[in-house]
Amino acid sequence: MADVMKKVPVREQDAKERATNFKEVCYGYNKEEAMEEAVRCINCKNARCIAGCPVAIDIPGFIQEVKAGNIEDAYKIMAKSTALPAVCGRVCPQESQCEGKCIRGIKGEPVSIGKLERFVADYALENDIKPDGAEHKNGHKVAVIGSGPAGLTCAGDLAKLGYDVTVFEALHELGGVLVYGIPEFRLPKELVVQKEINKVKELGVKFETNVVIGKATTVDQLIDEEGFEAVFIGSGAGLPMFMGIPGENANGVFSANEYLTRSNLMKAFDDSYDTPLVAGKKVAVVGGGNVAMDAARTALRLGAESNIVYRRSEEELPARVEEVHHAKEEGVIFHLLTNPVEILEEDGWVTGMKCIKMELGEPDASGRRRPIPIEGSEYVIEVDTVIMSLGTSPNPLISSTTKGLEVNKWKCIIADEEFGKTTKEGVYAGGDAVTGAATVILAMGAGRAGARGIDEYLSKK
Amino acid sequence: MYKIVKAEKLAHQIFLMDVEAPRVARHCEPGQFIIVKLDEKGERIPLTICDYDREAGTITIVFQTVGASTEKMSWLKAGDSFRDFIGPLGCASEFVEEDIEMLKKKKMLFVAGGVGTAPVYPQVKWLHEHGIDVDVIVGAKTKDMLILTEQMEKVAGNLYICTDDGTYGHAGMVTTKIEQLYQEGSKYDVCVAIGPMIMMKFVCLLTKKLELPTIVSMNPVMVDGTGMCGACRLQVGDEIKFACVDGPEFDGHLVDFDQAMKRQTMYKTEEGRAMLKLQEGDTHHGGCGNCGGDN
Repeated sequence: MADVMKKVPVREQDAKERATNFKEVCYGYNKEEAMEEAVRCINCKNARCIAGCPVAIDIPGFIQEVKAGNIEDAYKIMAKSTALPAVCGRVCPQESQCEGKCIRGIKGEPVSIGKLERFVADYALENDIKPDGAEHKNGHKVAVIGSGPAGLTCAGDLAKLGYDVTVFEALHELGGVLVYGIPEFRLPKELVVQKEINKVKELGVKFETNVVIGKATTVDQLIDEEGFEAVFIGSGAGLPMFMGIPGENANGVFSANEYLTRSNLMKAFDDSYDTPLVAGKKVAVVGGGNVAMDAARTALRLGAESNIVYRRSEEELPARVEEVHHAKEEGVIFHLLTNPVEILEEDGWVTGMKCIKMELGEPDASGRRRPIPIEGSEYVIEVDTVIMSLGTSPNPLISSTTKGLEVNKWKCIIADEEFGKTTKEGVYAGGDAVTGAATVILAMGAGRAGARGIDEYLSKK
Repeated sequence: MYKIVKAEKLAHQIFLMDVEAPRVARHCEPGQFIIVKLDEKGERIPLTICDYDREAGTITIVFQTVGASTEKMSWLKAGDSFRDFIGPLGCASEFVEEDIEMLKKKKMLFVAGGVGTAPVYPQVKWLHEHGIDVDVIVGAKTKDMLILTEQMEKVAGNLYICTDDGTYGHAGMVTTKIEQLYQEGSKYDVCVAIGPMIMMKFVCLLTKKLELPTIVSMNPVMVDGTGMCGACRLQVGDEIKFACVDGPEFDGHLVDFDQAMKRQTMYKTEEGRAMLKLQEGDTHHGGCGNCGGDN
């Protein structure tokens, strides 16, 4: 009998092998493993895990069904709260959300909620189990801008309530960050993302790709000319940030967005696709978030020696624990308490990166201890490629072309948390466009809030 | 899918297509660009808009075959389709927002180089339709590479054509023509130069001396074209600008052309390799200097 204090281990692709391919790292649970893990859930009356979930899935509820082997019923419970469970089971930071609140975690390991969610969602994808759609259409037209996690969730929720929803996507593929940002080895595109989107389509949601709102048409025109009664803006984060250090425009310096977009969306890692990618032989990724881990592990898979350069210590790494663990297993080298000061170039190409050692001082506004440079500790890392993964700043395309839509001092769209209500009537917003770069699940929570707000607004109309 | 309603070869390696894209045609303005993607596996290729027909819902694009993707694009015929066609992207030319009466008082000079004639055309046409005739210099390597000359004649004030080899019009570079016009006493308030980066660089070096404010349209490496990837970043004065959302038009006297040209070579080897693979197919055995003949 397994140790009840510990999670049922999940099978993974061998670290050495997976470091050279783009196939999914984690295999997930099979039914036996899932049922065994489900037994560990003690079905708390006051389930703290639900409060830890941004979309408030009835976690003990679905786990009880898994325990009994009723996977289809488990899925139906889950689908009431999330449009993308197969995605969330893979990319949510469970350790700081549901699993972080799990009572089992006090003495041992929390219930492996993420892996159970993934198992149920994958089972539903494989067996073509559909979420319940609306019984009646109510005839109200709603436009959703962006087909990322916020937009898909909002569209799915509204369609279930009977709304006539059209999603406008700027890129040529649906999914937003799920397709351009998160790599195949963490979130398979055809097997998971496309299938989840198909489920949203089956709810009756219409999709139009290649429409850049703010350019091809505006929010005002959607309302005034195309007959949409409400609009949800889930347009994502936007412009990549750079450090502003010398040499940053040299050839071989990329934003993580560019590197990952070329590899994930344009599939540059696959020779049969036309988009090129200068993969690099020795790569330094600057930053410590999930995006930095994704970029570093992508570079590794493209054959490079891959380094993470992060100015704080391991404790402050904002990436999911699992991603850091996987990156290390695969051979990514971590340079912690290190900050770049200059990118060295020759003939316009990167030849190295001058870094300075850091130490931690007093906590700053974020509550994390502030990194301070150690004078005279500069040294050079020899690299031919530098990937800047420092976050993004909001894209002004929509806010600058929508009358009455206000932004805050960081240029993020102002919207309330409960309903996603903006300063413009009938216009709701959520996700990175409102909060700045955050997580898939927070965007989904904001998508749900927006759907609630729009439903309340239009049912009164 | 976006249907090609017209496809023709304008000159050696230069092609024109009219593409059905009603949303783009309804909203585009001179100076903006589109991104086209041939098929499932194709690249996203940014191209400046050459003309548009709001009623027919079509956009005219002109492109030169420079790599494997544009080569494949040139094989398409009327009736074929692009998988994706995204736009309008970037900002419209500044004059679109200016007061027409003020504009009429300005003397404008347009300088077009090679395939850059295509994006210059809708600007000159727009001004012509608003009652403003501007002088246009069009330059090409040789007579056979001149494009859109007839169309340009209809909308330009004075049209000066230059060929590097003297096979047509003024013999010499566009810069020598600008110098000549100034020597003859012409003066302009603003210059718009669009063409290869090297041409724009030299036009700007000259117009700086002539104290002639100059706008250029930049065409750097680009992926999404909506401000997401930062591949198209340029040094403009002491700022970093993204050509796709801040441009594509910039003050030419502030653009760091040398850096921009270096950045443009970033994927040259990759592109060359793809081109050789396309041309030689399975018979490709080295020569691209990159793959050792293995693939």
